[in-house]
Amino acid sequence: MKARASVEPVLLALALVALVLFPLLGAKFYLQLFAKIMIMAVFAMSLDLLVGYAGLVSFGHAAFYGIGAYMLWWLSPQYAAANFWLTLPAAMAAAALAALAIGLLVLRCSGIYFIMVTLAFAQMFFYFAAGSKFFGGSDGVYVYVKPATGFLDLGDAAQFYYLALAAMAGTYLLLRGLIGTLFGRALLGIKSNEPRMRSLGFSTFGYKLAAFALAGALAGLAGYLDAAQYGFVNPDLFGWRLSGMALMMVILGGMGTLYGPILGAFALVLLQDTLSDATKHWLLPLGLFIILAVLFLPRGLSGLLRRAEGKSG
Amino acid sequence: MSDSFVFFLIQVLNGVQEGLLLFLVASGLTLIFGILRVINLAHGSFYMLGAYLAYALTQLTGNLFFAILLAVPLAIVFGLALEALLFRPLYARDHLYQVLLTYGLILVLEETRSLVFGDDVHGVDVPHFLDFSIHLTGALSYPAYRLGISAMCLIIAGGLWLLIQKTRLGMAIRAGASNREMVQSLGIDIAWVYRAVFALGVALAAFAGMIAAPVASVFPGMGNQILIISFVVVVIGGIGSIKGAFLGSLLIGLADTFGQVFAPQLAGMTVYVLMAAVLLWRPAGLFGGRAAR
Repeated sequence: MKARASVEPVLLALALVALVLFPLLGAKFYLQLFAKIMIMAVFAMSLDLLVGYAGLVSFGHAAFYGIGAYMLWWLSPQYAAANFWLTLPAAMAAAALAALAIGLLVLRCSGIYFIMVTLAFAQMFFYFAAGSKFFGGSDGVYVYVKPATGFLDLGDAAQFYYLALAAMAGTYLLLRGLIGTLFGRALLGIKSNEPRMRSLGFSTFGYKLAAFALAGALAGLAGYLDAAQYGFVNPDLFGWRLSGMALMMVILGGMGTLYGPILGAFALVLLQDTLSDATKHWLLPLGLFIILAVLFLPRGLSGLLRRAEGKSG
Repeated sequence: MSDSFVFFLIQVLNGVQEGLLLFLVASGLTLIFGILRVINLAHGSFYMLGAYLAYALTQLTGNLFFAILLAVPLAIVFGLALEALLFRPLYARDHLYQVLLTYGLILVLEETRSLVFGDDVHGVDVPHFLDFSIHLTGALSYPAYRLGISAMCLIIAGGLWLLIQKTRLGMAIRAGASNREMVQSLGIDIAWVYRAVFALGVALAAFAGMIAAPVASVFPGMGNQILIISFVVVVIGGIGSIKGAFLGSLLIGLADTFGQVFAPQLAGMTVYVLMAAVLLWRPAGLFGGRAAR
C-alpha cells in the first residue's frame, strides 16, 4: 500500500507534464479531441465521488451536465460573449442546486432503486428540454459566441485545451484533497457500512447530500465546458447514453481511484474515435469491448496497472 | 352515449392497452431483478428483438400469427443462450458490472439490428381476422386489434399468476425472491429456476414486441424507449412484485395516454412526475418489501 501511494503522484505528475507539453507537437484536431476527453474526465471524476467513494451508483448524472451546458446558453447574450467568470460559477451553482433538490428525493432510495430513480430524473430533464420551445426542443440551441475570459481566447484550440486541462487537474486536486478530510472518510464509511456510521453519530444523509451536490456542481462544470467547446446544446446532454458512458469510464477505469476515471475517459473516447473513423457501426465493437472488459477485467484498467506494477515491483 | 364520453372511453381503452403491453415487459424485468438480482438494461432490446422477428417472419410466412408461433421459441432459445453466456457470470457481481455489461449488450443488439434490418421504420400488417373496427358512435370507432392486444395480455397475466401461485416452479420463484440461500439449502436447483425466469422474461418482452408491431410499427430505438418506462413501472410497483408491476403498468399506461391528450407539451414527463410522487410517499414502491435492496 505504502509503495503504491508514493508511485501514484509521480506517475500523475509525469502524465501532467506530458499533457502540458502535448500542444507543442499536437495537431489542432488532437487538441480538440483531448480537450473533449479531459472534459469527460471531469465529468467521470465527479461521478466517481458518488460511485467510488459514497457508494451511490447514479445512472442519471448527465442531468447536471446538461444543466451546466444549458446554463451557458441561457446566460449568453445572443450575439455577444458571456462573461466566463460570472457564467461559470452560475452554471455550477445551478447544477448544485438542482442536485440538492433531486438529492433530497433520490437519496431516500438505495441499491437498484437509486440507479433507476436517478435515471428517471435525468429522463425527466431530457423530456422537459425536448418538449420545451424555450429550450429549443429536440433540435437544441446554439451558443454563437464563446464566453470571454479576459486573457484566454477560448476559440483558440490550444488555449481551450489548457482550460480543459486546468479543469481536469483542478477537479482531481479538489477531490483528492477532499477524500483525505473527515468528510471523505465519512463518505467511505457510509459506503462500507451506513448503519454503523449513523450509530456513530454521523448525519449520513447530510454527507451524502453534500457529496451529491458537489458532484452535481462538477458535472455542471463539465457540461458548461462542453457547451463552450462545441457551441451547441441539445437534450441528448441529459440523456442516459451520456450517463451510461460516464459510468463506464468510472468502472472501466477503476472506481474509487479518481485517476481511474481519467484513464477510462481517455480509453473510451479514443476507442470511440478510432472505431467511428473505421465504421458506421462502431457501437458494435464498442459494445463487445465493454462486455469482454466486464467479463475479463474485473477491476478495471487501473486494476490492470496495479497488477503490472505488482509484478514488476 | 355522448361523443365526449366515448372519446374518454377510447382514451381509457388506449391507456389500458398501453399499460397491459408494458406489463409484459415490466413483469419480466421485475422478476429478473427480484429473483436473479440482476439489473438488466438490455431488457428493452428483447422487446425490439421480438418486434423485428415479427416483422421478418411476417414477411416470410405472410401472417403475423405464424410469425409469432415461430418467433416465441426463437426468443426462448436466445434467452437461454444469453443466460448461459453472459448473465450467469454476473449473478455474484456488483450491480455496477451488471449495468455495464447489459449496457454493452444494448449497443451490440442495437447495432446488429441496424446491420441486419437497416434504420428504416417498418410496418407489420394486422392479422386478417382482427383487421376491422368496432363502431362506437358517429365518427368514433375502435380497432379490434387493440382490443385483441389487451385480451392477449390479460390472458398472459392470468397465466403468469397461475404459474407463480400454483406450480412448483412458481413456488421456487416465490421462495427464491425472499430467501435465495434457504431455497438452495433445501435442495431446490436454483440454477434451473434462474434459467427458467430469465428465458421467461426474454420471451415475455419479445412477445410484447411482436404483438405491438402492427400498432407501434418497428423502428430503431424502440427498445430503449420501453426500457426506461418499464424501469419506472418496476420502481413504482416495487422490485420483484408482479402485482406491483401490473398495477404500475396500468397506472403508467393511463397517465401517459391522458398526459398526451391533455398536456401534449409535457407528455413525456407525466410518468416521471408520477414516479417521483409515488416514491415520496413510499420509497420502496407500492408493493416493495424486503426485496427493496
